[in-house]
Amino acid sequence: MDKNPSPVEDNRFREATVQEEVPRLANTTPLISPRPAPELNTSPLHGLWALTKRDLKKWFTNPYQLLITLIQPAVWLGLFGKALNFGSFISSTGASASAQNMILFNTFGTTSYFSFLACGMLASIILFTASFSGMSVVFDRRFGFLNKALSTPVGRGAVVMAKVFQSVGRSLSQAAIVLAIAVVLGMDTANFTILGVAGAFLFLFLMSMGLSSLFVMLALKSSNWQTQMAIINLLNLPLLFASNSLFPTTIMPSWLQAVVKVNPVSYSNDGVRQLLLGSPGFNALWFDYAYLFGFAAFFSIVGIVLSWRLLSK
Amino acid sequence: MAQQESSSLPRLSKPIIFVDKLSKTFSDGKIKAVDDVSFEVKEGEVFGFLGPNGAGKTTTINMLTTLLKPSSGNAEVCGYNVYKHPTEVRRSVGVVPQEYTADEEMTGYDNIILCADLYGMPRSDSKPHGEELLRLVELQDAANRKVSTYSGGMRRRLELACGLINYPTLLFLDEPTLGLDVQTRAAVWKYIRMLKDEYHMTLFMTTHYLEEADALCDRIAIIDHGHVVKIGSPEELKASVGGDVITVTVREATPDLSTDIAQIPLVRDVKNTAGTYRVKAEQGEEAAPEIMDLIRSKGMHVTKIALTKPTLDEAYLEFTGRQLREEETDRMSMFSQRVTMRRARS
Repeated sequence: MDKNPSPVEDNRFREATVQEEVPRLANTTPLISPRPAPELNTSPLHGLWALTKRDLKKWFTNPYQLLITLIQPAVWLGLFGKALNFGSFISSTGASASAQNMILFNTFGTTSYFSFLACGMLASIILFTASFSGMSVVFDRRFGFLNKALSTPVGRGAVVMAKVFQSVGRSLSQAAIVLAIAVVLGMDTANFTILGVAGAFLFLFLMSMGLSSLFVMLALKSSNWQTQMAIINLLNLPLLFASNSLFPTTIMPSWLQAVVKVNPVSYSNDGVRQLLLGSPGFNALWFDYAYLFGFAAFFSIVGIVLSWRLLSK
Repeated sequence: MAQQESSSLPRLSKPIIFVDKLSKTFSDGKIKAVDDVSFEVKEGEVFGFLGPNGAGKTTTINMLTTLLKPSSGNAEVCGYNVYKHPTEVRRSVGVVPQEYTADEEMTGYDNIILCADLYGMPRSDSKPHGEELLRLVELQDAANRKVSTYSGGMRRRLELACGLINYPTLLFLDEPTLGLDVQTRAAVWKYIRMLKDEYHMTLFMTTHYLEEADALCDRIAIIDHGHVVKIGSPEELKASVGGDVITVTVREATPDLSTDIAQIPLVRDVKNTAGTYRVKAEQGEEAAPEIMDLIRSKGMHVTKIALTKPTLDEAYLEFTGRQLREEETDRMSMFSQRVTMRRARS
């Protein structure tokens, strides 16, 4: 049917000329059909590495972000750790050097408070990095990437676990850098062994798995970053202060000790201090491992189960 | 037509999209976003969902692409039930969402490879195929640039390429030209026509631009307040609001020729106001000369004649009503629409 000239018609006319420029491909391989679609990887874990790598690569190629996250533990170590010189408290009472060391060792499990704090800072950087793992879920939801990923056959569990693994990868690399800074600033390395350091990082890995799963889980349904920030602030400092990261449990009031004893951060610190500083520790190493393994397993499994429920509305 | 590419799919005796009494109620607001919607989409056609903001277009797409679970009703996409075989549906269809979902910090090429990975495609296939698709949407020169440096039109073309990575036979496009300038819109139209004509793909698109639906779609469903109010080809929809209108002004005010004009077979209705006749006719082009002959045969003079075709706008307003909409939308979708518009204009 003939039509009156209208803007639509004009547009069609325009396109008729554009039409001739439809890109002809250099090679003659058919584009969409009839080339048979390739055999797809249908394992439920496909895409997990691709999604993890996406987040890690972004972090890795942004050195400023990395530097900024390292400032906080460096400040704790360099300013707080160096200023809080328990040794001078004791020596000012006129105690002998050996008495001073004995008091310090009995309180902190090491004669150097700085080394004690350094182990706590390893846990702290893991805690802070893990708590922000949920933020990237919130942003992926807000900017539509999450929906895009969910419209592909990628496993819902893989979407969640990728967020957990990227957080674990980031927090462990940051912990390694914090450890190096601590050593440079004078951490006691007399008891370092290769196995001990590896074992300490196994503790950190388990704690990071558990905490990252927890925070990713809390973010799964949220599209509001303010809420997510509030949750992070609500949980972050209590988890740090109600642990043995900054001060030993023995000097705390008994009600606080009760909280500290369920906090997984304390178990990681206890194990890490035994392995890196040769501290006596409150629990046997195997018990610390078992507690953290249970914590990590519980939250990763709950996270995967919830992802199926929450990601399909 | 689309014989070869459907070889990897089950043979379709049914239409490629089959929707029966589909509804979605959001529990939080007790809003029925989609209410008892039924329609079918045939293989190889471009099917448009046309409706105002908040009519339920995106909710329908989200249900058909398995992002949302329907509250009731049934839907089959590419022969697979959306409840029972969501993974098979996801493998068979391509989705170009309304938002710009590409990762800003990554290059265009890395984005398309990431999409392929999410489908589980082997790199041996996704690398050449990804490059082909980037060339198809004319992004080959920008392939290794970060998406944050892309213009709105480039981002939209990248989304299109990503939606095609898994060799879909059916492509969903949600508001494919929202916020784009005229040139980019023309380019997106060109790609849509190419996908249909050269690659025999079936396209399901939503839009609230009438001229877009008119220009691209074989069939249109007008959706409003969660209901499908009308389905038909653009021509059928236009015809349903009445025929062409011929306005003739005659120099001599008397005699009144209304009854004579009404005798012409193609004419349906005549109104005379002070020598200006408003004639509704079926084929305006053929009726107009006959009207002029009639007037001249009476020794009278035509001073002005105009022919107006019904537009889809008329049909659309007829079916959806003319009152302005209080937008029934939430903070989240407002945010994503703002982001989309902002990026489209970057």
